[in-house]
Amino acid sequence: MMVENKRGVGIAAHTQDADSSLLRELVAHLRDERTPLREEWTRRITEAQLLSVMTSDEIFSEVTAVYDNYVDALETGSIEALEAYAKNLSERIIPRGVETHEVLGVVLLLRDVLARSLFEKYQNDAPVLSSVLDAYEPAANRIAVTVGVSFVQERERVIRRQQLAIRELSTPVLKVRDQLLILPIIGALDAPRARQLTEQLLTGIRENRAKVVVIDITGVPTIDMPVAEHLVQAVRASALMGARVIITGLSADIAQTLVNLGVDLSMMQSVGDLQGGIEEAERQLSYAVTRTGDQSAGDEA
Amino acid sequence: MPVSILKQGAYLIASVQSALTDTEVIELRDSILERVAKYRSTGVIVDVAALDIIDSFAARSLSTVARTNRLRGAKTVVVGIQPEVAVAMSQFGLRLDDAYTALDLEAGIQVLTT
Repeated sequence: MMVENKRGVGIAAHTQDADSSLLRELVAHLRDERTPLREEWTRRITEAQLLSVMTSDEIFSEVTAVYDNYVDALETGSIEALEAYAKNLSERIIPRGVETHEVLGVVLLLRDVLARSLFEKYQNDAPVLSSVLDAYEPAANRIAVTVGVSFVQERERVIRRQQLAIRELSTPVLKVRDQLLILPIIGALDAPRARQLTEQLLTGIRENRAKVVVIDITGVPTIDMPVAEHLVQAVRASALMGARVIITGLSADIAQTLVNLGVDLSMMQSVGDLQGGIEEAERQLSYAVTRTGDQSAGDEA
Repeated sequence: MPVSILKQGAYLIASVQSALTDTEVIELRDSILERVAKYRSTGVIVDVAALDIIDSFAARSLSTVARTNRLRGAKTVVVGIQPEVAVAMSQFGLRLDDAYTALDLEAGIQVLTT
């Protein structure tokens, strides 16, 4: 038993040694062939029309950096440096509109280019080729996955950050006069945004001691049943806090949807456009807006 | 009862200090109605700022008070409904028919005087 065990360990160690010596040979080969392989890779990228938003000089310099990092990662087995570079690269290329399929395509092309060069080098020695590929492929796959994942993660991070920014920007509560607030809503409303809107509206009413709120939905393309109900709820909740709501800018489409859905609109006062809504609100709050001075010269006849 | 009802000229001000049981809600309803008759009040303010919940029973009782007062020529203003309470009430479809609503006591008095 003991003897056999020892032999087993010995074989494993031997295989590992063989693997790492093969890997060293492989790395040395890739370093020697650095220039032709880089050029080949760049050519294939251009041919496949990947990274079309970058100039060929830019592609070549990125290719060089990725190639060196790639070979380093193969040699050391540590993908951290490559990961950091991939993240940095993603940061630079995402704003330029580089797509996921391009990044994956580029990485797979490199894998392909390098494998071909290995085939060429060992074409007369099938057993060695097979063990070189055994050493090369897992490492190469891991690297490809790393670069792809870094890119996607970076993209998701960007998306999350932008979502946050949009959410913060999306529902401003503006005070135009004492006791009068305006909530302009731009863009599609979904349930989370409608909920956030209600929250902002009620906080705004309390903070500004508002009596009338004009919600302008000129910039909202469509409304569905849950969102319509949210809006009605927001209006009711405002009424409970002592503020009337005037909705303005209902498009013909939305008005029709609301009627077809049978939403209870008895609580809602609506006025055609924002200007009309503000005028109505001013009337309700007993504001009188008068023009001072003679503006008729500037008016169109 | 955790509600004090103060007389201020022609108005009654009932300010709720803490959460109410159903029995206390009924007591509140009855004592408001009784005092409106006694003092010939023309306005009642119910301040519910201390309430974290207004359930269907409380909402219905407030509506009853408001309707009864209206029949006797007095306005009822419910003031101080918290934003979360307002959202919950509108979600459950609870309404305060016949009652006016205002942000706080000050705004409520304004409603009564105008």
